[in-house]
Amino acid sequence: MELIGINTHSVRDAVVSRIGERAARAAVWILVALLSAAAAWILVTRLDLTVIGLLIGGVYALGAVGLSLVYGNLHFPNIAHGDTMTAAAFVALAVMVTWLPETWSMNSVGMFTFPYTLFIALPIGMAVVALGSVLVDRFVYRRLRLKAAQLGVITLASLGVAIALRGLIQYIWGTEIQNFPRESKKFLRWDVDFLDTTVLVPPDMIFVFGAAVVLTLALYLFLNLTRAGKAMRAAADNEDLAAISGINVERTHMLTWAIAGATAGAAGILFAAGQGQLLTISGWKLMIPMFAAVVAGGIGNPYGAFAGAIMIGVIGEVSTEWLDPTYKPAVFFAAIIVMLLVRPRGLFGASRV
Amino acid sequence: MDLTGIILYVANLALIAGVYAVITIGLNVHYGHTGLFNVGVAAFFALGAYVAALLAIPPPDENLFHAYKFGGDLARVLGVETIGIDIWFPIVLIAAAASCAILAYLIGAVTIRLREDYLAIATLGLGEAVRLVFTNEAWLADGTRGLPGIPRVLDNIVDPRFYDLIFLPVVLAILLLIYLIAQRLAAAPWGRVLLAIRENEDTVEVVGKNVFRFKLQAFAFGAAIMGVGGALYAFARHSITPMTFEPFIATFVVWAMLIIGGSGNHRGAILGAAVLWAVIGSSQFLPGLLSDPNMRLIVVGVMIVAVLMLRPAGIIPETRTRT
Repeated sequence: MELIGINTHSVRDAVVSRIGERAARAAVWILVALLSAAAAWILVTRLDLTVIGLLIGGVYALGAVGLSLVYGNLHFPNIAHGDTMTAAAFVALAVMVTWLPETWSMNSVGMFTFPYTLFIALPIGMAVVALGSVLVDRFVYRRLRLKAAQLGVITLASLGVAIALRGLIQYIWGTEIQNFPRESKKFLRWDVDFLDTTVLVPPDMIFVFGAAVVLTLALYLFLNLTRAGKAMRAAADNEDLAAISGINVERTHMLTWAIAGATAGAAGILFAAGQGQLLTISGWKLMIPMFAAVVAGGIGNPYGAFAGAIMIGVIGEVSTEWLDPTYKPAVFFAAIIVMLLVRPRGLFGASRV
Repeated sequence: MDLTGIILYVANLALIAGVYAVITIGLNVHYGHTGLFNVGVAAFFALGAYVAALLAIPPPDENLFHAYKFGGDLARVLGVETIGIDIWFPIVLIAAAASCAILAYLIGAVTIRLREDYLAIATLGLGEAVRLVFTNEAWLADGTRGLPGIPRVLDNIVDPRFYDLIFLPVVLAILLLIYLIAQRLAAAPWGRVLLAIRENEDTVEVVGKNVFRFKLQAFAFGAAIMGVGGALYAFARHSITPMTFEPFIATFVVWAMLIIGGSGNHRGAILGAAVLWAVIGSSQFLPGLLSDPNMRLIVVGVMIVAVLMLRPAGIIPETRTRT
């Protein structure tokens, strides 16, 4: 039926679809509200799980920040990130156990389980993998970049690097579980009277969480206040524009690798020190939660990755209320899928989707 | 080692290489032809193997304290003993392919619209998730103990010691069949659309093709091939455990095979599988350092990087057809 040139059917359809859209939107919001209420209820009633999850999120955050930085600046998911973490932890272990006199590692720091030598091993391990990352970039990724290789090819190269690095670690140190020097300490105890629960926290986790916060904050200040940091952000945003503005893009890439390597190193070492033991697959196993954190925070957004990591840590821990803890990677996988479905740009926005 | 031993050893190498070649063709459909970055080969590898094994094995035996609850027993019901011909074998392979296609469809529907690296992250998680299900759910497939003694096709016509010699031609025949199907589809209009999607998605969309649907179909098709490969693996190895599907052996090796052989053409995929498995499978006989299993990891990793940098097209480069 035509009415002054307007197809009334389409008008009616538009009105109906507008109403339908509103109803659908309202339904989604009601669902979100209900889910949030349920989530809040669980978070409060199982405060012990929430707190542990928050702190585990700190470990993920340490690694995820570097992963997200490389992702944002060089535009590929670095599959070797986890094995870089493992490598740093093994270097630190070698420093503490083999190179330094055993007696130096006798006394542990304050309320924590790790010895003072960790503070010698930490910068050494970080420096070694930062240097290693820069060198690998120089000889592998940079050459591929200059050949304008596709995202897939560079990602595959990082897969090759990951496999070779794992092989190298296992070749040097073997595949057995390695123990970090540590002294057993009491867990911190927090009685929450009004909820009638007790939260037990390993003190090391607080240290790792604190380190993650400090590191992310330092990165934030660096990226926003220093010239080099601003150049890095500019290059991440648009390489060509940055280059014609006089920014040495290759140098910002080198810096990106150095920072990503150092933070990965810190993550790997602190994770191993906190756990008290180290496996050659320790870092690899963190890849899925770290990727989940990166996706949740918005790819290429390091602070987003930090928040995403905390969220993923809590989700993983709270899921153990119903699921076997070994299922955690599956929970992270589900979190990735849900995130991609609902908000592919991440909680805090990504550069591109 | 005597001559028989050597022949059997080579037959086993060729058998596993043939199985890997099937899976590599599946990955080539994903990455080589459509540009889908699937880092979760292990998911379809494992699902295909478990579906095939669970359909073939007899129901759980109480005396052996099996934890799994279901065994299809098809190898007996539809096998030589009952009906005179091993009709169960193709049925089981098709079931494995179908289940993988369905899983790919479900995951793809969510992730394939997004940029290629999101698919990589999602499939990386999928590989772990599938393995975890088979590790944890003992009622499903006996958990970490896995499924031993999987029935085999044509098992009764030859001494078990020489079984590989019988199964090898079966696997090679299936490999040839899959190669021909995949090759035919790649040359068909459907396959040419996939190549166009790999080269430039936007152009294909503008021309009026539903890119999403084509990618989803390619994802399901490649996954189905991987499922067949997984099923063949279960029969070739005679037993499977979740450990079999660790990311290195079930995903990364396949990627290395594709890259080394030449991504984008199925002949390259097959050659890559043969070459790399020959290296991995015989490296224990190599002198000194090279026999170390960890050195093998280094070699595989360095080979991937070296091929990508020096000969990105692989041993057999893709032939560009002009139309």
